[in-house]
Amino acid sequence: MTAAADTSTQTAETRASWALTLPALMLFVGVLVIPLLMTVMLSFHDWGQYKGIEPVFILKNWQEIASDPYYAEMFWRTFRIALLATLITAVLGAPEAYILNRMSGRWKGIFLLLILGPLLISVVARTLGWALLFGGNNGLVNKLLMSLGLIRAPLPFMFTETGMVVALAHVMMPFMVLSVWAALQRVDPQIENAAMSLGAGAFTIIRRIILPQIMPGVLSGAIIVFSLSASAFATPAIIGGRRLKVAATLAYDEFLNTLNWPLGAAVAVLLLLALVLIVVGSNALIERRYAEVFR
Amino acid sequence: MAFLELDGVGKQFGSQTVVDDFSLAVERGEFISFLGPSGCGKTTTLQMIAGFLEPSRGAIRLEGRDLTKVHPAKRGLGIVFQSYALFPHMTAAENVAFGLEMRNVKRNERAKRVGAALAMVGLKGFEERYPRRMSGGQQQRVALARALVIQPSVLLLDEPLSNLDAKLREEMQIELRQIQRTIGTTTILVTHDQNEAMSLSDRIVVMSQGRIEQIGTPQQTYERPASAFVSQFLGKTNDFAANVDRTAQPARLVAGSWHAPAPVGVTDTVTISLRPERISFADSGLAAKIVTRIFQGNHWLFQCETECGPAIVIRQNDGSPQPGEGEAVRLDWRVEDMSLRASGGAA
Ligand SMILES: Nc1ncnc2c1ncn2[C@@H]1O[C@H](COP(=O)(O)OP(=O)(O)OP(=O)(O)O)[C@@H](O)[C@H]1O
Ligand SMILES: [Mg+2]
Repeated sequence: MTAAADTSTQTAETRASWALTLPALMLFVGVLVIPLLMTVMLSFHDWGQYKGIEPVFILKNWQEIASDPYYAEMFWRTFRIALLATLITAVLGAPEAYILNRMSGRWKGIFLLLILGPLLISVVARTLGWALLFGGNNGLVNKLLMSLGLIRAPLPFMFTETGMVVALAHVMMPFMVLSVWAALQRVDPQIENAAMSLGAGAFTIIRRIILPQIMPGVLSGAIIVFSLSASAFATPAIIGGRRLKVAATLAYDEFLNTLNWPLGAAVAVLLLLALVLIVVGSNALIERRYAEVFR
Repeated sequence: MAFLELDGVGKQFGSQTVVDDFSLAVERGEFISFLGPSGCGKTTTLQMIAGFLEPSRGAIRLEGRDLTKVHPAKRGLGIVFQSYALFPHMTAAENVAFGLEMRNVKRNERAKRVGAALAMVGLKGFEERYPRRMSGGQQQRVALARALVIQPSVLLLDEPLSNLDAKLREEMQIELRQIQRTIGTTTILVTHDQNEAMSLSDRIVVMSQGRIEQIGTPQQTYERPASAFVSQFLGKTNDFAANVDRTAQPARLVAGSWHAPAPVGVTDTVTISLRPERISFADSGLAAKIVTRIFQGNHWLFQCETECGPAIVIRQNDGSPQPGEGEAVRLDWRVEDMSLRASGGAA
């Protein structure tokens, strides 16, 4: 009898918890799952210059992406740019977070604000800053360097991969710094003293003691930066324009300029799938590698 | 010349003096405890010896050589931190091996010494464990092994046992003392637990607000506390105001109805300091009334109201009948069991 009562209270509890999560669940389904499914379906529809979108099930768009090397090159460029931007944020951001963490009280606050402040400014504004500095003959830095006679022609920045990588790295830097910073908070403040007392020099301490401990932070920061960079739109759109396209700007163009929604949907879905695979895969690798140590 | 010498060492953070005029001579092989309440500057003093903090004043010498000029990495001291500060990404064996690696000890030799060190602290078979997978006591042992394996000239321990439960702490105290006796490393232990300091040390340095209150053996500091602070910090104590009656022949030391021949040199009002277990019930002496009587197994605890204020008396439970609550009694004690201080301050 008690068992029966138990199960009935249990089912009541389960029902209550379902009921409580329902609003959030509905929001999740309504604004994320349904549009996503519709996008996936859209990618299988047909499209023609004059007939518009035809709700049929064909593989035309996917075949086009698979056969035309233009798309392979564009995806390869997207991930190359994201990877380089991630590398730069890691190489600069990890030391930045470490130095920040060692600063004393007041300076720490000021510099943390300086690093996180840009997050409050629109990505568009920050990227336009780069365009103002390096944009062709009129870019401030270009003008300065040319008037000093250091360079003849303006530095190529706009419409280049280098420009995109630099601007993306700049825009994404706060995420890396925050992630490494969080990892540093878990490091025992006496651990460097412990290593020092055992005879380790400054370089050895960083390489053997600090770096391995903040590596999970660097890696999770890298996952964030990589996925945000690969799917970034504003920065590539401003720096690359219509000439140098990445997956996000290409999908945008297909949607709004060519009006070939199905093809744009296919590009977007492929980008999403690739990112999910990369993120889930690397996350699993990281978890397995560090489970032993950090659990 | 002492092995380790601290000479007038002081430390200031801004305008706040945290350690002041700290002078201590430690002999080779000695076990010293820094004992004092939280925030009295124990850790700061230890960190100055270790080299993580620079003294604002004074000198620290090891075998006559100025230690403050030596980089912390080159001092060769073994340190166990309050938080253990183990390297979480290294196994127990790798943690212990780290100091040897830094000293370029050959791989074979290293493995041998790491094995021996872990065996010494009772962690044979735990070589491949990561710190997160070990209990507090086991982590503490790894930290001890890591500090000892480099054969440090001085072992510095900053409240290494404070994170352990009472039983484990007692076990580790005994083990720590045994290890220290066996290998004879000069050791400084920081603690705010008076029992720990008493049971482990050759000498105790009692500190308060950055100053040394007393340096002495456990017995000395317990039985002959140099100040009110020391007597109160090291266990329960009773303070009675007393004065000298010079009209009697010979002069008497008087506290209420209790009196005894005045010790030589005592001429004024003094404070009598007495441990509760040294007071007995007698036919004559300080008049008192028992307020509460508490049975504590092997002893009785009496809270009394006396002519000279409240007092605590502890009597062994030897089976003899004890006075009850509300009963009027007389308290007596032997002259050699009390210590005298000039009223208000240090002796
Ligand atoms: N870096 C610092 N800056 C300013 N004040 C400090 C600093 N480090 C310690 N203090 C102060 O110095 C005093 C002594 O600190 P210390 O850590 O030596 O105490 P402690 O005796 O080890 O105490 P506990 O038993 O709590 O560990 C404290 O009042 C503390 O606030
Ligand atoms: Mg301390």
